[in-house]
Amino acid sequence: MTTHSRDRWVLDRPNSYIGRSVPRPNAKRLLEGRGNFVDDIVLPRMLHVVFVRSPYAHAQILSIDTTAAQTYRGVIAVVTGAQLAERHKPWVGVLKHLQGIVSPPQYAIAVEKACWQGEAVVAILAKTRAEGEDAAEAVKIQWQELPIVADAQTALDPDTPVIHDSLENNLCWERNFAAGDVDQAFETAAVVVEETFDIGRHTGVTVEPRSIVADYQPGENKLTVYQSTQAPHMMQNVFAKHLGLDEGDVRVVTKDVGGSFGIKVHVYADEFATVALSRMFQRPIKFIADRLESFVTDIHARDHLVKARMAVSKGGTIQALDFDDLTGIGPYSMYPRTSGIEANQIVNLTGGAYQIENYRATTKVVFQNKNVMCQYRAVGHPVACMIAEGLIDEAARQLRMDPVEIRRLNLYPDDGYPCKSVTGMAFENLSHHQSLDKLLDMMDYDSLRQEQADLQKRGVYRGIGLATFIEVTNPSPMFYGVGGAAISAQDGCTLRLDAKGNVFCATGVTEQGQGTETIIAQIVATSVGVAMEKVRVITGDTEVTPYGGGTWASRGCGIAGEAAGQAGRVLRDNILDVASVILQTEVDALDIQNGNVVDSVDGNVLTTLDEVARVAYYRPDTFPEDFQSELVVTRHYVPRDYPFAFTNGIQASYLEVDIETGLIRLLKHWCVEDCGTVINPQLVDEQIRGGIVQGLGAALFEHCIYDTEGQLQNGTMADYLVPMAAELPDIDCAHVVSMTGSSELGAKGAGEAGTAGAPAAVMNALNDALTPFNARVTAVPLTPQKVLEALGIL
Amino acid sequence: MMNDSLGVLEGDSEVHLTVNGELVSERVPVRRNLADFLRLDLGLTGTHVGCEHGVCGACTVRLDGKIIRGCLILAIQANGKRVDTIEGLSDDGHLEDLQAAFHARNSLQCGFCTPGILLTAAELIETQPDADREQIRTYLSGNYCRCTGYHAIVDAIESVLRSNQEKSQT
Repeated sequence: MTTHSRDRWVLDRPNSYIGRSVPRPNAKRLLEGRGNFVDDIVLPRMLHVVFVRSPYAHAQILSIDTTAAQTYRGVIAVVTGAQLAERHKPWVGVLKHLQGIVSPPQYAIAVEKACWQGEAVVAILAKTRAEGEDAAEAVKIQWQELPIVADAQTALDPDTPVIHDSLENNLCWERNFAAGDVDQAFETAAVVVEETFDIGRHTGVTVEPRSIVADYQPGENKLTVYQSTQAPHMMQNVFAKHLGLDEGDVRVVTKDVGGSFGIKVHVYADEFATVALSRMFQRPIKFIADRLESFVTDIHARDHLVKARMAVSKGGTIQALDFDDLTGIGPYSMYPRTSGIEANQIVNLTGGAYQIENYRATTKVVFQNKNVMCQYRAVGHPVACMIAEGLIDEAARQLRMDPVEIRRLNLYPDDGYPCKSVTGMAFENLSHHQSLDKLLDMMDYDSLRQEQADLQKRGVYRGIGLATFIEVTNPSPMFYGVGGAAISAQDGCTLRLDAKGNVFCATGVTEQGQGTETIIAQIVATSVGVAMEKVRVITGDTEVTPYGGGTWASRGCGIAGEAAGQAGRVLRDNILDVASVILQTEVDALDIQNGNVVDSVDGNVLTTLDEVARVAYYRPDTFPEDFQSELVVTRHYVPRDYPFAFTNGIQASYLEVDIETGLIRLLKHWCVEDCGTVINPQLVDEQIRGGIVQGLGAALFEHCIYDTEGQLQNGTMADYLVPMAAELPDIDCAHVVSMTGSSELGAKGAGEAGTAGAPAAVMNALNDALTPFNARVTAVPLTPQKVLEALGIL
Repeated sequence: MMNDSLGVLEGDSEVHLTVNGELVSERVPVRRNLADFLRLDLGLTGTHVGCEHGVCGACTVRLDGKIIRGCLILAIQANGKRVDTIEGLSDDGHLEDLQAAFHARNSLQCGFCTPGILLTAAELIETQPDADREQIRTYLSGNYCRCTGYHAIVDAIESVLRSNQEKSQT
């Protein structure tokens, strides 16, 4: 293979940046406070919108009196839901491939009734946010309270009121899956373990709240939206479609995003209202959710109650898995991704690391009068992981097997790929056993067990918990596109060589701090053959970047990275075509290394890229008549071989529980994961660590607590607990590399892995620590109260 | 009708203070907090607003040399005082070592919490030059970071502390 082969992009090129922990070029300005977040944007004539929100979980709007509010200082207009409804088409959060899913039409502002505490009811446009908030208190709304459906467990009971008149009941969607002979497997099993897993509602708490500035100008009928979002092209489609604009007249610009994690990939009613209001009033309007609004309007996640059982043979082989899942998603299925995907994932993924033939799963997704719920980092994964890992640990305990041993026995063998799970998930190449071995080695498992036993004799209760996981990454159109959503699964990359040898790179994926721009630059620099400093990456502008899906489901590196690598290879070929004309040499005798055109055999520098560019741009008259240089190239990529590129890994938690107070202290956490080709080891490790800590938050602290009236009880940052530095242990990461053969780059994703496995690892560690007391906790967050209840103290 | 009935703080007031070494005189609404004043009146958008109730630490700035929450004091309370923000402390090189360490170790992702964390870290370095990882974690526990999981932040601060110790020994 020559160094610039046209059929396979070479990972180990001479100036390769693949596998190097290069610092992020765009991090420097963030470190100096020179970021450009949406709230930093100030436009001429810009107004601020403040929403009056429903104090009730379910109530009819009898009347709205805005006369007093309109007289307040700084107030420009007060708009009700009914007024705004005339200006946009409502949306319905359903997808065709989730058969039978229903949801009522949702408007940007509630029209007749509010269906959750926090739903926007009236919009106030004012010169400052503070003035808008003053006026909000003067809006008089007459409410008639309606019966509240708070509890998902009774939402489908015949005597429970139905929230939406247009629907028959409170069922949004259900799925039933069965394979093999589950009943027989349970009848003949040596051991049957049963457990109820309660995974509490939690939320993303991005430090930058949801933020949007919409700027409609009538002259060109053009809408520009500056939005803190993960999916600019998806938003462009939604704004155009529901405002009746041509998509070409809508531009979505995404600059710095202050954390997203799946929170900022959905269509929020209040953000859409901001855009619709900008069109209505023909001037820029800013909406920045305040923290109290965030807690009652940012999507919540999880909230699953799962009754599960596992049949296991005397020798420890899993013979069947059976569970019923119930989840409450608030009053609307979110648009356009729906609120059914998490439940669907749980059915698809649970036990997916293990060879299971008999499997039955049901899930019911129900409406209720709570905040909307939708996909958040590691969609479904932590729940699937808690079910399988919790049951397998309990089975091991009953069989007196080591948790390692029972996993080894049931995991798919590393040499058995490709294969399909019982639910039809196709695995190309996973590394469960290698990952497990590496983890045990890294944590010194045997010594840790010894330490645990020694300390237990002295009344110190420590636990070790393992959690194997699989992770969905690099999604094909199977995720959303096949269901009819205008969400791109493919992504593109456009490269342009400028007149000074710089490579401008526009990509459809976005930067949320995970390092997208850096890894794209690493890939492009490698494939073109230039120093990384010569690559300028442009993201987050629908008017400039190739059409793409944005950032979600760990798709940036594996999909957009592949497009970037392929584009780089073609640009290199095109540059060499020019160079071969200038140098009057065969193109195969040339390569590009470190920004120079070199002899491909001995590496001698023949000319530079800026010289090639100079001739191409300023002296094309020197070229033969039939030669035209092409120094802009675009390539696109979408995974075709597999619906998803599954990755795998395993985590371990080591903790100590105080049996008098129920307090849990995390001592250490480990993770081994396999995301295929690692472009930037440091960035991958930091994705893993950050993801783990979000999972640790779910495991120990985070919970959106509602009362029976559908009122959120802890909607402030002081009351909703998130992991802070002092509560956390150091986290060690390591990798196994199984490249995907679906792309030349071989990269899979890594963004969900940490969050997927952490709650199960901590739950298993806690229950390991509580084994001497025959106590178990299977409800997260694992609060001291639950520990003390399990111990019989409370 | 002007709004007098809600008991909100009414009116504007003059403030004179030193921000990042520059004298500033502005007329501000008396109810405007310091973080909003810095952002809205002075265009110092490096100070971020994450919760507006004193928990997240994204609005951390220095008031007369000590770190405080910009959202918990009013601009008029800073009258006659000295305020230093991420912009000023970057320009004068005060945070140079920390910024270099954070950059090398990737101790930031989205960067929204980062200015606040850097100011907290700088104070730790000044007041507890011998801090260990546990003490670094405790000192940071008023600054919320959702992206990193803190490990890399602790690493970077620790590396600056160790490097300072080596410098002082030689």
